[in-house]
Amino acid sequence: MLRSDTGKLSLILLMTPFVLWIVLLILLPQLGITFVSLREKIGPRQYEFGFGNYIAFIQEPIYWNTLLRTAWMSILVTVMSLLVGFPIAFYIAKIAQRRSRAGLFLLCLIPLWVSDLVRAFGWIVLLRETGLISGALQYVGLVNGPVEMLYNDVTVVIGLVYTVVLFMIVPLVSTLDGMDNSMLEAGYNLGGSRLTVFRRIIVPYAMPGIVSGCIIVFMLTAGSYLTPILLGGKNSMWFTEQIYDQFITRYNWEAGATFGVLLLGFTSMVIWLGLKLTGQNLASTVAKD
Amino acid sequence: MNVAAPQSALLRTVYVLYVVCFFAYLAAPLVAAGMFAFNDSTVPSLPWRGFTLGWFFGDTDPVIGMFHDRRLLRGLTNSLYIGVIVSALSVAAGTCNAFLFERRQFPFKNALYILMIIPLVIPGVILGISILVFASMVANNADRAFGLDLSALRPGTFLVVLGQFSFLTTITSLVIQARLKKFDVSLEEAALNLGASRLKVLATVTMPYLMPALFSAFVVAFLVSFENFNTTLMLVGSDAPLTITMYDRMVKVGSTPVLNAVSFFLMVGSGLLALLSVVVQRDRPSD
Repeated sequence: MLRSDTGKLSLILLMTPFVLWIVLLILLPQLGITFVSLREKIGPRQYEFGFGNYIAFIQEPIYWNTLLRTAWMSILVTVMSLLVGFPIAFYIAKIAQRRSRAGLFLLCLIPLWVSDLVRAFGWIVLLRETGLISGALQYVGLVNGPVEMLYNDVTVVIGLVYTVVLFMIVPLVSTLDGMDNSMLEAGYNLGGSRLTVFRRIIVPYAMPGIVSGCIIVFMLTAGSYLTPILLGGKNSMWFTEQIYDQFITRYNWEAGATFGVLLLGFTSMVIWLGLKLTGQNLASTVAKD
Repeated sequence: MNVAAPQSALLRTVYVLYVVCFFAYLAAPLVAAGMFAFNDSTVPSLPWRGFTLGWFFGDTDPVIGMFHDRRLLRGLTNSLYIGVIVSALSVAAGTCNAFLFERRQFPFKNALYILMIIPLVIPGVILGISILVFASMVANNADRAFGLDLSALRPGTFLVVLGQFSFLTTITSLVIQARLKKFDVSLEEAALNLGASRLKVLATVTMPYLMPALFSAFVVAFLVSFENFNTTLMLVGSDAPLTITMYDRMVKVGSTPVLNAVSFFLMVGSGLLALLSVVVQRDRPSD
């Protein structure tokens, strides 16, 4: 009797930090912004409940165009990171010598430990009009005057892929690492071409890694702020910038909260869809490493 | 013969070249940000005007090094302070969560486990604004109902700590749980059979085993906190941490080599910390 009582007590004690954390810092704040987003300001300190903020969002093309653009660019960046990162992850997990494997993996992780800001700053130093690449091109004689390579979409995508590709490589390496080469051999022995083996053996095996990489990368891109702002300049049109603008610059919390709910709803929907389509769940993918 | 590698020599060379290019791409902005910290010029661009350490230690205008720049130094101390507090808190909470999910059975365990991972897939900006909104709602209501002035719930260091804690705890929980999962419970049983109390077992058997994971969870949390921007930006008050101070400087003054110096300093600092955590993780006598 006494034994089970202490068991229950310690369970409650262990549970307390978890419940406080999830309820106070995650659930209630999310309910909070939903609440504020449903609150229309009709006068000083006078509010009314309704979907007015959402209607305002739909009626203003700049707002939903920004959301669509952010969505579209995030999907593009996710696909690009997968294409760029997969061969690297495959190389590290399957081709590199045992010895150099850990070293290459660590090399991959180095940019992870450097602030977004430093990375974006590095790109600025490289790509701006007076930057290194512009200087090098002039020195070689390929161009006559300085070239401005900042403030366009290609640069934003390159910068975003740079910031997120590691989150693609890490889960991919950890899944591919577990794949036995004999599976590939079997595939070849049964007459599969390289493409068939890739499509029917490697990709299905790597699926949990692909899904978890894509989820994290998509979420990080859609929620990123610094890279699009600093590399895209004034016409970057990024949705998080709108949220910041409404909250901090215009002090319009109702609109800002509406945008926040929309962004969260959108990213959750894409993540949910991705999990459903591939038959994975959050615990088996994201929490794996 | 590695069956995974391309069979033709040409393809193999192309593959290796691609990998080399990729690592060059990874290194390029970091090298660019780092090298101009040592250029003796007031703008971080070519031509190269000679080597200097002035952007670190200089104290005369216009070359004021980062160690004489009062605002940058304040940002650095704020970041250190916030980082240590938030890492300690999230390692403590993460340890509880790891024991909770690894050792205990309770109703709705799977659903609650998903809930524990969720903060990782909420964009940082949203975590920031939601905590800002919720804290202000609480503060406003407390003010209206009881006349309490809860200034801690207004933007400032306390909210930054809460905001970073909200997602770092997921990371620390996962790191610590991964190690706890490998722990052989029979070791604890043996200690209990030999007459040790539960607390004693925890202190002398389980916790020492978890130590490397606790340490690396702490380092990871500290680094992520130190470099965090999105969540912090929404919650920051007058005591801005370093990333915010740097961003401010970049937007208002433009890029100056001091920022390169800070970048270099951060790269070396976080690189050493990350290396330390790898060494500690690897150096485990038990397995």
